[in-house]
Amino acid sequence: MSGAHTLAIAAIDTPSVSYKALAPIFIVLGAALLGIIVEAVIPRRERFNVQLSVTLAGLIGGFVAVALLHGTRVATPSPVGNDPSFAGSLGIDGVGLFLQGSILILAVLATLLVAERSVDIGSPIVASAAVVVGSPTDRTLSRSTRVQTEVFPLLLFAVTGMLIFPVANNLLLMFVALEVLSLPLYLMAGMARRRRLLSQEASLKYFLLGAFGSAFFLYGLALLYGYANSVDLYAIFQAQRGSGRSDLLLYVGLALLLVGLLFKASVAPFHSWTPDVYSGTATPVAAFMASCTKVAAFGALLRVLYVGFAGTQWDWRPIIWAVAITSMVVGAVFGITQTDIKRILAYSSIAHAGFILVAFVAVTKDSVAAVMFYVLTYGFSTLAAFGLLMLVRDADGEATHLSQWSGLARKSPLVATVMTILLMSMAGIPLTAGFIGKFYVFESAWHTAGPLVVIALISSAIAAFYYLRIVVLMFFAEAPENAPTVTIPGWTSSVALTVAVVATVGLGLFPQWLIDLATKASELVAQ
Amino acid sequence: MHNPALLILTLIPLVGSVLVFSLPSDNGRLAKQLSLVVSLAIVVYALVLAFKFDTGSGAKRFQFVGSWTWIRNFGVHLAFGVDGIALVLVLMAVVLVPAVMLSSWNSFDSRAGAEEELTATSRRRSVKNFYGLLLLLEFFMIGVFTATDVFLFYVFFEAMLVPMYFIIGSFGGPRRSYAAMKFFLYSLVGGLLMLASVIGLYVTTGSSSFAITDLIGKVPDGATQKWLFLGFFIAFAIKAPLVPFHTWLPDAGAEAPVGGAVLLVGVLDKVGTFGFLRYCLPLFPQASTYFAPAILVLSVIGILYAAFLAIGQRDMKRLVAYTSVAHFGFIGLGIFAFTTQGGTGAVLYMVNHGLSTGALFIAVGLLIARGKSRNVADYGGAAKVTPLLAGFFLMAGLSALALPGMSTFVSEFLVLVGTFTRHKGLAVLATTGIVLAAIYVLYLYQRTFQGTVSAKVQKFRDLNVREVTAVAPLIALIIFLGVYPKPLLDIINPAVKDTLVNVHQTDPTPKITPVAGGQR
Repeated sequence: MSGAHTLAIAAIDTPSVSYKALAPIFIVLGAALLGIIVEAVIPRRERFNVQLSVTLAGLIGGFVAVALLHGTRVATPSPVGNDPSFAGSLGIDGVGLFLQGSILILAVLATLLVAERSVDIGSPIVASAAVVVGSPTDRTLSRSTRVQTEVFPLLLFAVTGMLIFPVANNLLLMFVALEVLSLPLYLMAGMARRRRLLSQEASLKYFLLGAFGSAFFLYGLALLYGYANSVDLYAIFQAQRGSGRSDLLLYVGLALLLVGLLFKASVAPFHSWTPDVYSGTATPVAAFMASCTKVAAFGALLRVLYVGFAGTQWDWRPIIWAVAITSMVVGAVFGITQTDIKRILAYSSIAHAGFILVAFVAVTKDSVAAVMFYVLTYGFSTLAAFGLLMLVRDADGEATHLSQWSGLARKSPLVATVMTILLMSMAGIPLTAGFIGKFYVFESAWHTAGPLVVIALISSAIAAFYYLRIVVLMFFAEAPENAPTVTIPGWTSSVALTVAVVATVGLGLFPQWLIDLATKASELVAQ
Repeated sequence: MHNPALLILTLIPLVGSVLVFSLPSDNGRLAKQLSLVVSLAIVVYALVLAFKFDTGSGAKRFQFVGSWTWIRNFGVHLAFGVDGIALVLVLMAVVLVPAVMLSSWNSFDSRAGAEEELTATSRRRSVKNFYGLLLLLEFFMIGVFTATDVFLFYVFFEAMLVPMYFIIGSFGGPRRSYAAMKFFLYSLVGGLLMLASVIGLYVTTGSSSFAITDLIGKVPDGATQKWLFLGFFIAFAIKAPLVPFHTWLPDAGAEAPVGGAVLLVGVLDKVGTFGFLRYCLPLFPQASTYFAPAILVLSVIGILYAAFLAIGQRDMKRLVAYTSVAHFGFIGLGIFAFTTQGGTGAVLYMVNHGLSTGALFIAVGLLIARGKSRNVADYGGAAKVTPLLAGFFLMAGLSALALPGMSTFVSEFLVLVGTFTRHKGLAVLATTGIVLAAIYVLYLYQRTFQGTVSAKVQKFRDLNVREVTAVAPLIALIIFLGVYPKPLLDIINPAVKDTLVNVHQTDPTPKITPVAGGQR
């Protein structure tokens, strides 16, 4: 090595990264990598328990790190010399930490659901996803108790992406996070143990449409780069102040970017994958998608709109109005015609995505807090609702057709009551977290968008119809001849369900502390 | 300001309900006894509070006030307090609950041969759940009347739907799930409109508190006030129910089990009219005055229309439900006439209607339990076989048609006098409702209890001690309040006056037209 060369290396400025602020991300990523090693070195008999421990340790460790970081407001890394290209591309602030914490809690619960081994032979996850459906090996495997543990590291990788997604101040980094969270999800969607073909179809559909979504996002990113000469959200924000640039690039870029984000958040009219994917994929995976992905996607949307486009809110507000109304109406009206509970929950999640968007139109601290409160509480109730679906089974696996839930209250009053509480929360009946969330969102949006709030309330009345229909069936209808049975869940799902239901009721009765936390955490930082 | 008296009153039924639900399912008897004891304890406690209520001049409007912060960011308090209006309605509600419990005592027994409701599936229904739900409902009913925070009121207002939904849906008649769904959706739509107004109220007043006393007089006059008023009004009109928002009530009233129907029509619907007085009038005085003529006309239409429909009903429970729609017309008339007499009459009407319709529903239920049919044509001549039941039925019916001597007469008279001083034509039209009431009550009594005794009716047995205990106190109260309504009027009057002051209304002074020249 020559001396001159050494000198040149020394001249390069290295950015200083606040590793402390990124600890949650690194802990989860580390656990994911450890999971891969575990997969290779630990014997199959021990693997499941080791993987589960590693995953839970990683997620809980990440959560502890988030909790310790509370109050942090840094944009990292620092600029390198005079080159600001990646400076501050991660904004670890109140909003980011709150959402990261929410994702981690919900991911812990989802992991516990994935680890359920009592209700089905083996686990709800297929023993070997690559085996051809219907082949002799597949048939043998479907009856064996062999479990597959790759799902745990995949889940951790997805969570890593989700943790970066809502803190990314840089569109390129946001895109990377989007891919890191999406790719494992595409795989996980194809891993249902029962109804393999449907599951693979869901996986393919999600992948193809997701690839489109990503492409839109990337295209939007490129146009915005053309506009602002930077992919940094704050730089894009500042570029809008100067005149003389092409607004066309800005608006088309933003629109394409929004398509990509709204797709992930399953907002109508970019929702068409949601019912198919939720119903085809393994239920715990659907629970994971419906709760954690939603939090991450709305987090990213918050950052893009509130940091990058805070100055042009008058331009994007009508778009959000339009998609919010579409999403609420589509979710509420189309949900009524569904006969499969998983699909009903999918349409419910589309309607809820619309409710969350209502808060977006008011660009205030209050609305940020309302969004954060809503996504977390909705995550709890939807996760638990999917979890309950796992327990009601017949010979073919989960019994998700509406008619099969008739008279369930007689067979298992507990499951029926818990489901009712969750549905009431989704319908926004008082004394549940769902009501407080709705109130918070609508209250924050009233000033800017009174009519939108009224439309939202009407849609929630329509959506209440299908929540009530499930309750009517469970409690007031007679059980069919070949009624499904209610399985007793193992300890992992029991813990997950208990926590989620207690949170749904508890946050309905005592929401103050979480509202405080969300309000304190409602400031974003950039650069 | 931390008087826990009302909080305790509200929480007793909740605790009772939790206890009842946690009992083993096979011991229905214990559940019934426990529920009855709890509900009687509540009656005693509520009476103690009522005697402590200060009616003297200079007494505060809201008494037993207790307030604790619930959600600081929204300014929501667990605030309780009663004025005279709320107090008498709470008393009415807590008195009806034990009567309902006694009258439904054997309705859902698993023993074959016990008196049952109409459907075949009733054998499998859980007695424990029914009584647990009744107590849970009582918790919400007391809460809704005693809450003095708009947000808290809304919470009780909406949450109250859930136990009633299950009472109708799990224990009702053949079309119970349809009726339960219709009831829930109607109320929910109203509730959500009200939620929009609650949020709008909070935002437009810029108030940092939801306490009713902090919001009165803060809503600016104008279009906003009218919209906010309509949100509250439609919710209450659906609940009350005022024509044309009434179509859910005949279904729900007919399909609900008798006990549920009594509380539904007797108490839950009063929340609507109570809401007019407590929230619509004081919060939105200008809008109330603006919309009053339309509401008065709707009330009169309701009185006449529902009475005609009641005359034509073949189903006894539907008939009683329609009579209630007619009676709510009178209450609406009394409230929106903006006179002290009308308002006081309306509040007294709410109490009396709860008692009298409660008694009538229970009497009808006792008859249905014997004949296993809601159809009027299946009965006839029952008075000869069951004289006691006939007597109670007639008394309850007469109170429904407001016979002088019954408490309902006092309230109907006050409402009509109060209306007459302002709106002569409407008062005259409404008076014809009394005639129609006589038709539907007496015609019903005639067809069921008089005439030739059919073979089926021959086997009926008369009331037993438990059934008499359920109805007798209600009838006694109706007569007592008919002869001596002063104690209630003393409680109600100041609160109504205060409410009218909020609407900037005073009673019209009597005008004496001088006779020209002193000559004829």
